[in-house]
Amino acid sequence: MIFLIGFLSGILSGMGIGGGSILIPSLIFFTDISQHQAQGINLIVFVPAAISALFIHNKNKYIEYKLAVPIIISGVIFALIGSLLASKISPDYLRNIFAIFLLIVGILELKSK
Amino acid sequence: MIRKVITGIAAGFLNGFLGSGGGTVIIPSLKYILKTEEHKAHATAILIILPLSILSFFIYFKNGYIDIILAFKVATGSIFGSILGAKILKKLSTQLLKKIFGIVLIFAAVRMLIP
Repeated sequence: MIFLIGFLSGILSGMGIGGGSILIPSLIFFTDISQHQAQGINLIVFVPAAISALFIHNKNKYIEYKLAVPIIISGVIFALIGSLLASKISPDYLRNIFAIFLLIVGILELKSK
Repeated sequence: MIRKVITGIAAGFLNGFLGSGGGTVIIPSLKYILKTEEHKAHATAILIILPLSILSFFIYFKNGYIDIILAFKVATGSIFGSILGAKILKKLSTQLLKKIFGIVLIFAAVRMLIP
């Protein structure tokens, strides 16, 4: 079951669609871990999946390295701020904020052309 | 440059705070604001999110949020899934998939809001 959840979300992240938005709620529904734990798992699960996907994307010449650098630099600073802030918030509160974010993403996906 | 920095700020914050969602910001930004082609936007987004996720993970780990064994099981499944996903991305239109994905997310969101 856990493996299957990982496999299905992996297909989506390999396509760059966002496996995390499926993986986190799946872990919340089908296991008894907390919102923080589910988010933490998603972060680390992304790493090997991303590396294996990047090899294939690199071969297909799909990666724009120069474009990525400034986004990574500002991104790293705010990832630090975001994760420190998350650790200050209760799991229930964080789950609700996550759910609202998920709702917005779902609506945007439906509306996207 | 300012558009790239703002993209990084939004993606980084979501990545750390919600443990996901970087791609939700990066892909549209690359496609529509920074005029990157669809497949390149998806692939470049993965490269950008990788260091953000590693850093955020360390903060979560330090705060005791990580069950290593569970993470290992999910990661093993995910590696196989992502190889398959990256391969079919080349051949597939993601239109229909996105609609299904959207509906699933809305259901999941409502389910999470109502305990």
